[in-house]
Amino acid sequence: MYETRYTRPSSTGEAAEIISAADEGKLLAGGMTLIPTMKQRLAAPDCLVDLAGCGLGGITDEGSSIRIGAMTTHAEVELSGMVQSAIPAVASLAGGIGDRQVRNCGTIGGSLANNDPSACYPAAVLALGGTVHTSTRSLTAPEFFSGMFETALKDDEIIVAVSLPKPVRAAYVKFPNPASRYAMVGVFVAVMDGGITVAITGAGQDGVYRHDDLEAALTADFSPEAVDRVTFSADGLLSDIHASADYRASLIRAMAKRAVAAC
Amino acid sequence: MISITMTINGQSVRADIPDNTLLVDFIREHQGLTGTHVGCDTSQCGACVIHIDGRSVKSCTMLAAQANGRALTTIEGIGDAQNLHPMQQAFHDNHGLQCGFCTPGMIMSAIDFVDNSDNPDEAAIRDALEGNICRCTGYHNIVKAVQAAVPKMDQ
Repeated sequence: MYETRYTRPSSTGEAAEIISAADEGKLLAGGMTLIPTMKQRLAAPDCLVDLAGCGLGGITDEGSSIRIGAMTTHAEVELSGMVQSAIPAVASLAGGIGDRQVRNCGTIGGSLANNDPSACYPAAVLALGGTVHTSTRSLTAPEFFSGMFETALKDDEIIVAVSLPKPVRAAYVKFPNPASRYAMVGVFVAVMDGGITVAITGAGQDGVYRHDDLEAALTADFSPEAVDRVTFSADGLLSDIHASADYRASLIRAMAKRAVAAC
Repeated sequence: MISITMTINGQSVRADIPDNTLLVDFIREHQGLTGTHVGCDTSQCGACVIHIDGRSVKSCTMLAAQANGRALTTIEGIGDAQNLHPMQQAFHDNHGLQCGFCTPGMIMSAIDFVDNSDNPDEAAIRDALEGNICRCTGYHNIVKAVQAAVPKMDQ
């Protein structure tokens, strides 16, 4: 790992000041992606701004939604009674990330800021119609996610929390990579008051996306059989050593059927 | 350089270290606690698992500075040769190791799991040890050891 300077400010305002003044500063949340990346010398920030002291934890019930602080770990989401009862699909999603030690460190804010195309949380935030609250504004999920590893965040903008509307019911099913447990394909199906939404992660070349054809088919007939009547194209899907685009298209069908059955 | 203070196995520790020091290197090289191992160094294998404030973490994937002000427990802090922790005794009794390289991490992960699990059945144990890789045993005796430790740790 290259040399760096470690800071741990006590507020997001102070954190934004430090990151603005740095040449190539990086915000540090749980570090489950950033630290390995730095160890491989694929990232070399001259300054790390650890958000652990900024008071960004905590889960609150806001009536129609659950608000999760950005520095809340996956384990805290997994084990939260509030999340388990209001949005069990999100508790179970969090419990399927990485391994126990990763879940004890990794955070929802870090995952969203990184927007890995195979990460699980983006599918939940997009399907549930979540809102990402930053140090300066609030962004809807489509505004926030702007491409593979890309978000609308500015360099000195810090995620403080995410609000997830409570669904009528929802389920998330992924086909995990056997080594990393990242989603080769993950499908989040949500029955919301306003309609049915389906978000796909792990598959799209531009990161997480909503599947219009699946949403239309499930709105007409909410059943696993309805999924079979949808045509799944490999266009625009990722193809790598883990899975071809055709295989991922097939996985979307299989995971969608399981998610609908689990709803 | 950065100044850090933390508690390791009940002892207060203070040090000035380069900011980019990994926690596992601080534990092994600065503190001489070499029971915590480095296997893969890429967050996969779990040989470096320690406890921070009672929760298991991979110390190769954290900076020592991030642990500033916190309470750490390493394998050296849970028992000794004359007075093994029930989990260590269970690994011994059930032959839950062969070469032993992964064992410190296995034991630290397993203790966190048993301490914080309502239902430590076999499936849950296998799931809990997902972040720990053993290349010798085939895991069967490790799972048996953790199962055997559950009632002992409850006592």
